[in-house]
Amino acid sequence: MGIEVVTFSVVNSILYGMLLFLLASGLTLIFSMMGVLNFAHASFFMVGAYFGFEISRRVGFFPALVLAPVAVGLLGALVERFGLRRVHKFGHLGELLFTFGLAFVIEEAVQMIWGRSPQDFQVPAALNFTAFTLFGTGYPAFRLFMLVVAVAVFAALALLLARTRIGLIVKASLTHPEMVSMLGHDVPLVFMSVFGVGSALAGLAGVIAGPVLVTQPSMAAALGPILFVIVVVGGLGSLAGAFVASLLIGFIQTFAVAINLKVADVFGLIGVTQPPAAFGALLSDIWNVSVAQVGPVIPYLLLVAMLMFRPMGLFGKRA
Amino acid sequence: MTHHDQSLVTAPLLSVENLQAWYGKSHILHGVTLTVGQGEIVSLLGRNGAGRSTLLKSIMGAVTTKGAVRLSGRDLAGQRPHKIAHAGIGYVPESRDIFPDLTVRENLILGQKPGGAGLWSMEDIFDLFPVLRTRADTRAGVLSGGEQQMLTICRTLIGDPDLIMIDEPTEGLAPKMVAAVGQLLERIAARGVSILLVEQKLVIALDISHRLYVMGHGEIVFEGTPQALLDAPEVRAEWLEV
Repeated sequence: MGIEVVTFSVVNSILYGMLLFLLASGLTLIFSMMGVLNFAHASFFMVGAYFGFEISRRVGFFPALVLAPVAVGLLGALVERFGLRRVHKFGHLGELLFTFGLAFVIEEAVQMIWGRSPQDFQVPAALNFTAFTLFGTGYPAFRLFMLVVAVAVFAALALLLARTRIGLIVKASLTHPEMVSMLGHDVPLVFMSVFGVGSALAGLAGVIAGPVLVTQPSMAAALGPILFVIVVVGGLGSLAGAFVASLLIGFIQTFAVAINLKVADVFGLIGVTQPPAAFGALLSDIWNVSVAQVGPVIPYLLLVAMLMFRPMGLFGKRA
Repeated sequence: MTHHDQSLVTAPLLSVENLQAWYGKSHILHGVTLTVGQGEIVSLLGRNGAGRSTLLKSIMGAVTTKGAVRLSGRDLAGQRPHKIAHAGIGYVPESRDIFPDLTVRENLILGQKPGGAGLWSMEDIFDLFPVLRTRADTRAGVLSGGEQQMLTICRTLIGDPDLIMIDEPTEGLAPKMVAAVGQLLERIAARGVSILLVEQKLVIALDISHRLYVMGHGEIVFEGTPQALLDAPEVRAEWLEV
């Protein structure tokens, strides 16, 4: 693997990781508060992409960058206020099923409105140029822009949580909601706001990812499982864990595609060049599996390994 | 002056009338009536399960209730906890519930109500407990049990309640800390803040309270001064002694 592949893969890994973190940060905050994984979180990402596409067509990409996340955030707040909060009294299973159903409803709604085929969500002209050229290969400015937006949001979120009274209220509500409300804070309002902001972050990720990934109804289902891997591997409810796990998954998935190593090559290193004939065709199939082919499975293997050996995740405090 | 006239002159700060409470289908409080006057220290005594903690939670709006809860005449029954906190009632639960990952100072900030300092500023609190000043930027989770208890009382105090309800503040504390908590409560009351105290240690309750209520099976079974309780060995035998 050449130095140019490594360099671009590193940049792409960080970019993909930060994009995942935009989603995972909201998901993990919501999980910490409600004790429930929001299965519809990736759906808000998809809605963000579609809203971004529609608003971009009419008033341009940059207004869409602000308006679409706001719209998705309001949608999320409404879902919490009039959906989840009512289901809450039926316990976690009810809430889980609610978000599970919501994911399907959103996917069907998107298909009814926009159809099944991908939308022509294009990179805005202002950002459609080559940012820099390295080893003779150009790197698109829009990808760099995505990275800047993701890092800026991450920094703003970290500052908000660490330095403001609102951040303190949110952090305390994660672990002791009853006590926080008895100190005079409107905890249900905090929950609704966090759900709204988390949804808005997912929506923002959708707007900036829409032109690069394909804006289509299956994009939520494609990303959802990876988010759960991140939240579990990072440690349920841990923002720092979600950050590290997002980058980890970003690197794993990007490099897995870039590495063209086969099982045969590994055995070749120890001098075994042919699969043992005794196992016949079965083994010769495995012999030719490349890292790129198993790449998509690696995050799930990591998930299984984590659940077996460290169920509280990298930074989590509870299993 | 008759008893009736006196209650007109000093209308109670807190008045609870015929309060009933349920946990799910279990009926816990069967019509509790009590009052706490301005600057008064009132203790709730009784065995475990008598309903004392439930009474505090019911006043705070954390339990389903029927009946009246009035603070300075204003009916608070059925309000959500944060509204009741804003109305002027502070609550320190038995579980203490400090926020262990936040610093001492951050814990106190969360107790403050928006709109500036009132009776208790951060500096007042630090003067009251210098150890909280020296450990202001320490994670609250590493404080000793006694320090955590002080922090949780101060966190509620800094929100300027007219009435502070404290559940078992001396539970599990070393004797020296127990005495310190007792002194703190008297200093709080001396500033005009009323205290409704759930206390297991009879000595402390008798020592610092102006009035006492004894609870049994979700009802008030005795009301009077510490001296009256000392003079009523049959009440102590039936409802307090193990």
